[in-house]
Amino acid sequence: MKDLFTIALFWSTIRTATPLLLAAMGGLFSERSGVINIALEGMMLAGAFTAAAVTYAAGNPFAGLAAGMAAGLLIAAIHAVVSIRYRADQVVTGTAINILMFGMPAFLSGAFFLSSGSTPQIPREHLVPWLPIVIAFGLVPTIWYVLYKTPFGLRLRSVGENPEAADAAGVPVARMRYAGVLLSGVLAGLGGAYLSIGQSSLFTRNMTSGRGFIALAALIFGKWRPVQTMLACLLFGFTEAVSYQMQGVFKFSGEDIPVQFIQMVPYVLTIIVLAGFIGHSRPPRALGMPYQKER
Amino acid sequence: MSKAGPNWGFPKTKVLRPKTKVMIELRNISKRFGAVLANDQINIKVETGTIHAIVGENGAGKSTAMRIAYGFYTPDSGEILIDGQVHQIRTPHDAIALGIGMVHQHFMLVDTMSVAENIVLGAEPGSALALDLATASSQIRKLSEEFKLSVDPGALIESLSVGQQQRVELLKALYRKAQLLILDEPTAVLTPQEVEEFFAILRSMREQGKTIVIITHKLSEVLAISDDVTVMRDGKVVGRVKTKETNAAELARLMVGREVLLRVEKTDAKPGVPRLEVVDLSVNVKGSTPRVDKVSFKVRAGEIVGIAGVEGNGQTELIEALAGLVESSQLSGSINFEGRDITRQSARARREQGIAHIPEDRHRRGLLLEFSLAENSILGVHYRPPVTAYAGNVFLDNAAIQQRANEIIQGFDVRPANAALPARALSGGNQQKLIIGREFKVDPRLLLVSQPTRGVDIGAIEFIHRKLVALRDGGCAILLVSAELEEVTSLSDRLLIIHKGRIVGEVDPKVTTVEEIGLLMTRGH
Repeated sequence: MKDLFTIALFWSTIRTATPLLLAAMGGLFSERSGVINIALEGMMLAGAFTAAAVTYAAGNPFAGLAAGMAAGLLIAAIHAVVSIRYRADQVVTGTAINILMFGMPAFLSGAFFLSSGSTPQIPREHLVPWLPIVIAFGLVPTIWYVLYKTPFGLRLRSVGENPEAADAAGVPVARMRYAGVLLSGVLAGLGGAYLSIGQSSLFTRNMTSGRGFIALAALIFGKWRPVQTMLACLLFGFTEAVSYQMQGVFKFSGEDIPVQFIQMVPYVLTIIVLAGFIGHSRPPRALGMPYQKER
Repeated sequence: MSKAGPNWGFPKTKVLRPKTKVMIELRNISKRFGAVLANDQINIKVETGTIHAIVGENGAGKSTAMRIAYGFYTPDSGEILIDGQVHQIRTPHDAIALGIGMVHQHFMLVDTMSVAENIVLGAEPGSALALDLATASSQIRKLSEEFKLSVDPGALIESLSVGQQQRVELLKALYRKAQLLILDEPTAVLTPQEVEEFFAILRSMREQGKTIVIITHKLSEVLAISDDVTVMRDGKVVGRVKTKETNAAELARLMVGREVLLRVEKTDAKPGVPRLEVVDLSVNVKGSTPRVDKVSFKVRAGEIVGIAGVEGNGQTELIEALAGLVESSQLSGSINFEGRDITRQSARARREQGIAHIPEDRHRRGLLLEFSLAENSILGVHYRPPVTAYAGNVFLDNAAIQQRANEIIQGFDVRPANAALPARALSGGNQQKLIIGREFKVDPRLLLVSQPTRGVDIGAIEFIHRKLVALRDGGCAILLVSAELEEVTSLSDRLLIIHKGRIVGEVDPKVTTVEEIGLLMTRGH
């Protein structure tokens, strides 16, 4: 038990929290502007696949990171246009995007790499194991500042709380929401890119395995506030890290606990946290409600 | 004022120095929403430095016209002149830049943000990289002093009273250097005392050269505050008069298109036996002072007992306690109806004995907005004959429901007279008539009625008042709560004053004065 809590566990926590944190910060921008973003998962997948493919092809991880963010942005643009311009149901749109992005990498990897869902291995020297971590944790205070100490942040929060009031005050509601959703795409895309060219060295099918949703849970648990959300991401990252380390450590009647059970821990925790502990987490008041000027 | 820079990403606000006498003119403005022609070739002219009232019934098109002036809607045709020049106003942002400010009927404030944040939103001082709330707060304080609008810039909106929130709205417009202020039903949410203060503020603004447009349907206020009046009806402007040269009767006639009785006509009550006896009733709330505090009174058959008070002094809780809508564990004391103790009885049990309830909030308690008028017309009797039938009354009898709905619609002049429409499709006044019709339909022995004419046109108010008096004359006991002092004094046969959950006095509505009631309402003695 003692050798479970080591410096290695600390770094493991940081590493597993990073993609969650990037996606959650993205979700924060989107949801604070009033647009539900359950498409974080899809945006991460887009970022992860594109980053790996471009890094492999170009031999340059920075090109890969940029491409990953661009891919997230592109997917976010779809979500934004459909849910802001055409006022579609944001949950349905997000779900559609997730389903689309579940299949798209498999299709593209077949076309480009003749594989069924993964990219070729990327050489070690072309990986970026640290940069996204620095960006992710550096972003937290930055986003806090932007949200609470700049006119942009004030406007973003106002359209998420009461778009009529913002409109009456001369704030362009749609433009602010586009900004929020597009930023979420960039950050979720970066989070995905870290998975494929930071933590790992290739894209594998469905490699996000629900992290977009866990990021969303962290955002809710963190009450849509940057610092609390970061803490929530660290908590979820920690449980995931522990679950890696626990594999083969704990025994039940002399038998190893099956790996699958241990892998369940972060997800079970997510459910418990969301069901039990967040009682008073109040979402932005206009979250999920399209804004329409003339009734 | 310090170098205001409320302009990040926004054009500079042009401070208008009016050269002409006309601040704003709407010329031949038309606006259609679907099948409804909300504004039909309207012309409105507002002179600089005046208070101009626009009156009309609900749906007359007053708000639409002003929302066009503020850029919320774009007109289908017609033009807007500001200071003698034609301007395109496509968004509120354009209007703000032209020096127009608007205070909406439902406040446009973000509850979770501070006063200062709300005021500067969209016109923030400082740079794009740093929001300068300190400068904002000092500017706000300055404006507060200048116009006597005291409010704490750091307070959260949700912690403020509606009167204070309205001040924030005014400050918001003044901060944007508005020369023209459009106020949509500004007094609807204020107490009589607050209205007086508010009018004083408006007059001082006029003295400082501001132009004010006030949209309202309260004639007494029009006469008290305005210089000129434009009257609208059915989307058209039907008259423009100088306030000094008109009176309430003429304005009402213009608004409704026929003669309207402004005073309730009724004979003296002939009270019978006590129907409702409330003894030491309290509504307790855990960890707080009681909402209703040891209240005792009687309502007899054939009389209307009114309850006057500043809103939020326990009226809501009292009525809901009597209607059976408060957890009985929260209650102490007793409620007796025709000699029976009903304190612990359910709402249904009370209804079955002949207690009807017209709630203050028709959307929350009165109607299911998505349901049809027919379905809404049977709420409360939906489980029993005559609207159920077959197999031990487990099925709804559609023919009977239709018939009942149509009787109510006809008897209470609900428009449009189509029982299949969802309740949402009706105006507030017609929704209210449907509820009143439904509650009258059960031949109540006791009627609990709260704000019967809130948001209702004067034509319909007259109708509702006559129905209430007729019900009383038929022997029903009526307990009436209203925030409209005029309504509660003219309808009631006895008037109780409530303050902080206590009945602090009883006055004779025939001889009392607004001052006497006002003092009891605000000070409790």
